[in-house]
Amino acid sequence: MSDELLVSTRKGLFTVAREGRGWEIAKVDFLADNVTLALSDRRSGRKYAALDHGHFGVKVHRSTADGWEEIATPAYPEKPEGLEENDMWGRPLPWSTVRIWALVSGGADEPGVLWCGTLPGGLFRSKDDGQSWQFVRALWDHPLRKMWAGGGADLPGIHSILVDPRNSKQVSIAVSTGGIWHTGDAGETWTQRGHGMRAEYMPPEQVSEPNAQDVHCLAQCRAAPHRMWVQHHNGVFVSSDEGHNFTELTDVKPSAFGFAVVVHPREPDTAWFVPEIKDEKRIPVDGKLVVTRTRDGGKTFQTLTKGLPQSHAYDVVYRHALAIDESGDRLAMGSTTGGLWVSEDQGESWACVSHTLPPVYAVQFG
Amino acid sequence: MARVVFTPNIQRHVACPEAEAPGATVREVLDAVFAANPQARSYVLDDQAALRRHMTIFIDGVMISDRKDLGDAVGDRSTIYVFQALSGG
Repeated sequence: MSDELLVSTRKGLFTVAREGRGWEIAKVDFLADNVTLALSDRRSGRKYAALDHGHFGVKVHRSTADGWEEIATPAYPEKPEGLEENDMWGRPLPWSTVRIWALVSGGADEPGVLWCGTLPGGLFRSKDDGQSWQFVRALWDHPLRKMWAGGGADLPGIHSILVDPRNSKQVSIAVSTGGIWHTGDAGETWTQRGHGMRAEYMPPEQVSEPNAQDVHCLAQCRAAPHRMWVQHHNGVFVSSDEGHNFTELTDVKPSAFGFAVVVHPREPDTAWFVPEIKDEKRIPVDGKLVVTRTRDGGKTFQTLTKGLPQSHAYDVVYRHALAIDESGDRLAMGSTTGGLWVSEDQGESWACVSHTLPPVYAVQFG
Repeated sequence: MARVVFTPNIQRHVACPEAEAPGATVREVLDAVFAANPQARSYVLDDQAALRRHMTIFIDGVMISDRKDLGDAVGDRSTIYVFQALSGG
């Protein structure tokens, strides 16, 4: 059971702690700076914050005994002279870290290992707690990587990284847009997975192409890693074979569109989503913020509303802004309009911690 | 030795004191400055060592033209200003 939350926002990193019977903001770091993502590494006790200083670029900070220190930012290798590579808009693709979009710990058996996904699609691995980063060249050099495209952002990006709890060398990632990829050897070789998803906005020949899929978020059950859940641009998908194949779940009310998904750490059939109107509007249906939950692998979904605003709510919960703790009982979510809610009963009821935070980009239990 | 002055706005994130450094081009001068202050480098240059998109550099009041290779000539008594567009929100 976790009593701490890291909340990354447009204007700082908020540490929210359970005090007595409620959750309160206990600390603010990097106030007024754009904190796009944070990681609490339970193996080392260290915390990491990804900052985007705009004109001055992306930086990574790591907690120390008495504060924070700037550490290495994942950096792309030198672009070969004469190489022409354009993004989907015909502009030169930057070989440069534009955004850190995924930051996760390696396995329990590999202390110091971190994985980092970025825009424009580069994946990095650190073996020394982020002191240095190695570019995962095999993925970048894969011919299909060049077909990746921007989703909501102009550039493609890796937003989900899942280290298999049974074998730390097995890592699955998800790309918007570029579908799902898997390595069984800690990044030396990569294969495409994620068959069965559909991208209805693509030309007919591309609708079922795994590399064209706009996966918004990929989640894996820790106790049953064969089970993966996807919140996709086109809906909700579930896999029972480690992400090789997915089945679409269409009867999801009030909407199958959204960004975030989390799965219970021990119950593979239980997952949560935060629906929005698909797809250009992107606000809660009827102005009511709800969480949808399935307990039976997607056969049925419950709409959970207790404690959430049910009138004129225009909160969007981004892909990293819905979190679950290791107990599976506590969930938290933050919204683009500065709302932060915590549930201690698997989403049955929610308590508002604040509705005046800066836009929330990411929430993680400590 | 060229004189190098950094925008005050960068100082909140990383110390960039005014410096003097040798070099015949912007690249040579900045390489010398960042050799002594390596943490500042990535605040000004991107992963390919080009000038960051919203950063700019003036030499004696004239904006440089070579943002990629930083090959603009620098005089021995030049002043180089490193600054950025301002935005907020």
